[in-house]
Amino acid sequence: MSATAEAPAVPRMPGWRKALGKARSNPTTLIGAVICLVILAAAILAPWIAPHDPAEQDIMTRLAAPGGDYPLGTDQFGRDILSRLLWGARISLTVSLGAIAVACVIGGTIGMVSGYIGGRFDLFVMQVMDVMLSFPSLILGLIVVALLGPDLVNLVVAIALTAIAPFARIARAPTLALKERAFIEAGHALGYSHLRIIFRHILPNILPEVMVMTSLWMATAVRVEASLSFIGLGVKPPTPTWGGMTRDGFENILDSPWLAVFPGFAILLLVLGLNMVGDGLRDATDPKLRNE
Amino acid sequence: MIWFIAKRLLAAVPTLLAVLTVVFIIVRIVPGDPALVILGDQATAEAAAALRTRLGLDQPMWVQYWNFVSNALTGNFGASLVTGRPILEEVGAVLPHTIDLTLASMVLGVVVGVPVGIWAALHRNRAIDVAARVLSLIGLSFPVFVSGIYLLLLFGLYWRLFPVIGNADLSDPVDRLHKVVLPAVALGLTMAAYITRVTRSAMLHALGEDYIRTARAKGVPWRRVVWVHGLRNASLPVVTVVGLYVGILIGNSVLTEIVFNRPGLGKIIVGALNQRDYAMLQGLMVIYCFLIVVVNLVTDLLYGVMDPRVKQA
Repeated sequence: MSATAEAPAVPRMPGWRKALGKARSNPTTLIGAVICLVILAAAILAPWIAPHDPAEQDIMTRLAAPGGDYPLGTDQFGRDILSRLLWGARISLTVSLGAIAVACVIGGTIGMVSGYIGGRFDLFVMQVMDVMLSFPSLILGLIVVALLGPDLVNLVVAIALTAIAPFARIARAPTLALKERAFIEAGHALGYSHLRIIFRHILPNILPEVMVMTSLWMATAVRVEASLSFIGLGVKPPTPTWGGMTRDGFENILDSPWLAVFPGFAILLLVLGLNMVGDGLRDATDPKLRNE
Repeated sequence: MIWFIAKRLLAAVPTLLAVLTVVFIIVRIVPGDPALVILGDQATAEAAAALRTRLGLDQPMWVQYWNFVSNALTGNFGASLVTGRPILEEVGAVLPHTIDLTLASMVLGVVVGVPVGIWAALHRNRAIDVAARVLSLIGLSFPVFVSGIYLLLLFGLYWRLFPVIGNADLSDPVDRLHKVVLPAVALGLTMAAYITRVTRSAMLHALGEDYIRTARAKGVPWRRVVWVHGLRNASLPVVTVVGLYVGILIGNSVLTEIVFNRPGLGKIIVGALNQRDYAMLQGLMVIYCFLIVVVNLVTDLLYGVMDPRVKQA
């Protein structure tokens, strides 16, 4: 018989399925998920549904008010705001998804390994994470992007850096409890490698907690990306970004307030949607709340 | 108590050293020659060499590290590469504006968040609670520059109740207060929302405890149970969150200062970024982290004062 067949079954998080069902019946999660999906669809379908080319300039229709050919008006170069918003969703989603994926993998691994090894190593690693947490994320992101130069990859790196420490903390806490459990001890007795125990037996059990955080941290990542773009450290123009559009609008706020209002609202909506999903998932997976 | 304070102060030392080390590394791993980055590609070799000597970049790494750490610990952060003035002096000149803004937002966050959170907890699942939850979720989702712009449009440009530019005269308290209101609301909105949520859940948790039932059974009036027994215990997580959030406030003040055109650390940091003033950036990063380490220390000490169990641990 192979070692795999003898392996103790990985005990799934109790109620994981039930939690998902509960999250689905929670109106907050549902509304949040709809908002996120609509924005995701808008980003994917932008080339087909955008009424104009987002970079197309028309000097004759500079700063046009919303309505007619331009449902949300035009900016100082006569570019269509709606089309730029649809294309801008791509940058927001790409950067935040990328950054959180990187932070989740690196931070999660650090947290699991640190908790699993324990002792002084764990103490040291957590001290380092505490130091990383003591940098305000916007300031850290700002400086990293400024030093590396503003482009898509560097934005992902900068925002990921600010989120590694929280993911390490989230992954470590349940690892500490799990490693004392009988099925992990059984793994040791069967002579499994540490890597196998961490990634095959601990990882599936901490996944729900980590996944819940991903949604909440994606909301933060969207906000940080928009903030960096607003400061002028986002993906370079003429690529439309929501933060950059808000900045352009802010500079013309006396003549055309809608220029800043619409992209600002788009950012708010996406962050709100992600927060709603994260909130619902957290309530559904929280054992203290589950039985209420 | 003194022993507790001493222990906490000692524990902050390695954090500060680590912060300095991280700042040192971040600034040094920039790709390319900092001298050329500062001067631009057209700079002559002599000019670049002279700048390297001036910045101490021609010295061995460990000498640079030692100089950096010992200077920082004695409050010497060097001089701005652009203005030539000491960094501490430049920062000192605008720090009151940033402190005004951060403190005002914090006070606002606590003054709004705590009562609303308690109110929501006491009316669990009723209309008030649902409204508080929805509003706090929306408040939490507002990027600071978006709330700033919306407030500016409404109260600054449309109703003209508050000034649009926040460059306050520091010697005039009324002017200072008048100009901090709008930025503080913009910055404090998220904090108020967050504190509402934390207070609500801490209060719900505390009210479900056995000692609350005991107090009720003894015949203690409900008002007293809530405000004395419940709130005292619910306040601990709230204090932790306030402490943690001050760091975020300090970071986000950059955006508020841009929107409201206020002088402050944020304006300096953006200026330093645009002018590639690396000395200033390095100094600012250390000052930001020092501020946050100090806030964490104060939070820890406050925690000790409020909860006797913490001191004994």
